[in-house]
Amino acid sequence: MGEARFIKTLKEIPRSEQFAPGHRLCAGCGIPQVVRLALKAVPDPKVVVNATGCLEVATTIFPYTSWGVPWIHIAFENAAAVASGIESAFKVLEKKYGKRKPKVVVFGGDGGTFDIGFQALSGALERGHDLIYICYDNEAYMNTGIQRSGATPRGASTTTSPAGKVIPGKLERKKNLIEIAIAHGIPYAATMNPAFPVDMYNKLVKAATVKGPVVLHYFTPCPTGWYFDPSRSIEVARLAVQTRIWPLYEYENGKIRITVPVKEPKPVEDYFKLQGRFHSLLEPKNRWLLEEIKKDIEENWNRLLKLASQQ
Amino acid sequence: MKGKLVGMNGDRAVAFAAKQAEVDVISAYPITPQTIIVETLAEYVNNGELDAAFIPVESEHSALSAAIGASLSGARVFTATSSQGLALMWEILWIAAGLRTTIVMAMGNRALSPNINIHCSHDDAYAARDTGWLQFFAENVQEAYDLTLMAFRISEDHRVLFPSIVNLDGFILTHALEGLHVLEDEEVKRFLPKKQPVNPIDPEKPMTYGPLDLFDWYMEHKRLQYVSLEATRPVIKEVFEEYGELSGRSYSPVKTFNVEGAEVVLMVLGSSAGTVRYVSRRFAEKGKKVGVVSLTQYRPFPKRELREALKDASVVAVMDRSVSFGSPGAQLFMDVASTLLQAKRNPLLFDVIYGLGGRDFTPVDVEKIVSKAEEVLKKGEAPEEPLWVGVRGEE
Repeated sequence: MGEARFIKTLKEIPRSEQFAPGHRLCAGCGIPQVVRLALKAVPDPKVVVNATGCLEVATTIFPYTSWGVPWIHIAFENAAAVASGIESAFKVLEKKYGKRKPKVVVFGGDGGTFDIGFQALSGALERGHDLIYICYDNEAYMNTGIQRSGATPRGASTTTSPAGKVIPGKLERKKNLIEIAIAHGIPYAATMNPAFPVDMYNKLVKAATVKGPVVLHYFTPCPTGWYFDPSRSIEVARLAVQTRIWPLYEYENGKIRITVPVKEPKPVEDYFKLQGRFHSLLEPKNRWLLEEIKKDIEENWNRLLKLASQQ
Repeated sequence: MKGKLVGMNGDRAVAFAAKQAEVDVISAYPITPQTIIVETLAEYVNNGELDAAFIPVESEHSALSAAIGASLSGARVFTATSSQGLALMWEILWIAAGLRTTIVMAMGNRALSPNINIHCSHDDAYAARDTGWLQFFAENVQEAYDLTLMAFRISEDHRVLFPSIVNLDGFILTHALEGLHVLEDEEVKRFLPKKQPVNPIDPEKPMTYGPLDLFDWYMEHKRLQYVSLEATRPVIKEVFEEYGELSGRSYSPVKTFNVEGAEVVLMVLGSSAGTVRYVSRRFAEKGKKVGVVSLTQYRPFPKRELREALKDASVVAVMDRSVSFGSPGAQLFMDVASTLLQAKRNPLLFDVIYGLGGRDFTPVDVEKIVSKAEEVLKKGEAPEEPLWVGVRGEE
């Protein structure tokens, strides 16, 4: 892949691929979209580091691989540390022996990013390594069978936060990954969503031009763990943006900009009712939780508007 | 003895060796008693004496993870740890070996918690014994320096391609100032040319490292790893010999002292070997023969050389600076027992536990072990329980 440029329409996305079909990701899974676009948008040479998770197990079942670029997986919690080692090594090898330094792209799920890999990510961001960290967030440990993570939203039922007779699902809020990342003083961070591929592609192109750590937080619809029809994956993803549940914005050198404005949000129930994981949330007896979640969404959106307008 | 004579503690000697090896990447986290090694390397880098990347990672887990990434990128990589740090790395130790990295790690041996203690036990070395790393034990500061240089050469040899641990007893060697002979930079360069990586990460030749490996292939890969590790034995010997010619200091996997015709033999790892040899020498002056066997190469375990070294022994006291709770014996004891059993040689064996958490180990303790060994010889029967020396409440 050569030099990438910003685009206005879907048709401008390059056709060549470095991610082969035949992998075992589920039908309707949101992960391949971000992988394919990232490999197109980040020019060669590049190296991919992958945390343990759905993407890793489904694309590299020995003796097969989907990856047309160097790809490395070590363990669950250390993708950012492995990337730090590769980036540092090539910096020295370039200086000492003239080897060309590749861009390091990391993929980690929400478990590998919000929870077990959190410390390694924080360390890598603080040290300022030149890398693009992409968190594909499907809001639970899907690979091990839908257990709750620090990224699971309130009201979602998972196998370790099941909707029960007394507790209706996960009650705790999701961590704000982008704000945590920004607090490290990194140059660029953004949210992405597969229903907005042009927005996503342009953010990836920008990320590739940045020197230093970048964190991209990608909304990853999961029909298997969220219980919806795989054919409605993009619809679910689009509704997440249109309801203001998943705002699309970017942070660049101290400034926040909403990249997909949502003037008139759709009712959040439209998003929840498509997914089995929120089934219990919509029952009348759990109305209190739904109301609290609505308040959270409104507050988050207003806070983001305030941050975006302050500059 | 060739080379310039200098005074350094073990940590500084190891750091100096890593500098002479012109490592490309150092990835490390502080932990006593290893810390001086990485502090010294950070000084070399920041003073422009060593052209390397120093990655000040946020944990030992990340130290080894970053080291793997760097090693597979083609760099010569060094790290260091001790005790709890090794324990935190443990998951990644296996991966560093299985992915055939050539990392060299110095380990300032320190007791594991609880209770927290910063002094010497061999718990950490033993904890890494099954992971696929090569392991060497230094007896003094000179050996810590020499073995660090040799470890790079051995690990990076294309017939090896496994990472190495160089063990040096915490405080006893890491912090003790000793005189040692160091090679000239040019000599090290000739002995240790630039690393020639095998299948490094290269965007021109994309490869997949660390894939999912299930029941249809995993077992073949483990067997291949086993066979490859076994095949390192002659290479280690070859490098020991070559380094011996270069430095005038001879190295072999197993070190023996007064073993010929000795009925009683003491086996030991690390710095205590000197104390045991000192007592053996004193006994020899009085006409009593006590053999001493120590291991420079701990993994792969030098089975054949050890059987040869113990061929005359009737009683072997195996000294362990660690406890393997609930096991039939401590870690070295079990290694020695199975090594001898395979050869159908059965001298009487007993286990000695000594020096835990830096407990002083003295010639008087050695004499106690020898008396016990003589008692075993006389009775013709070895005790089932280990002999604890230097501890309150000992017999």
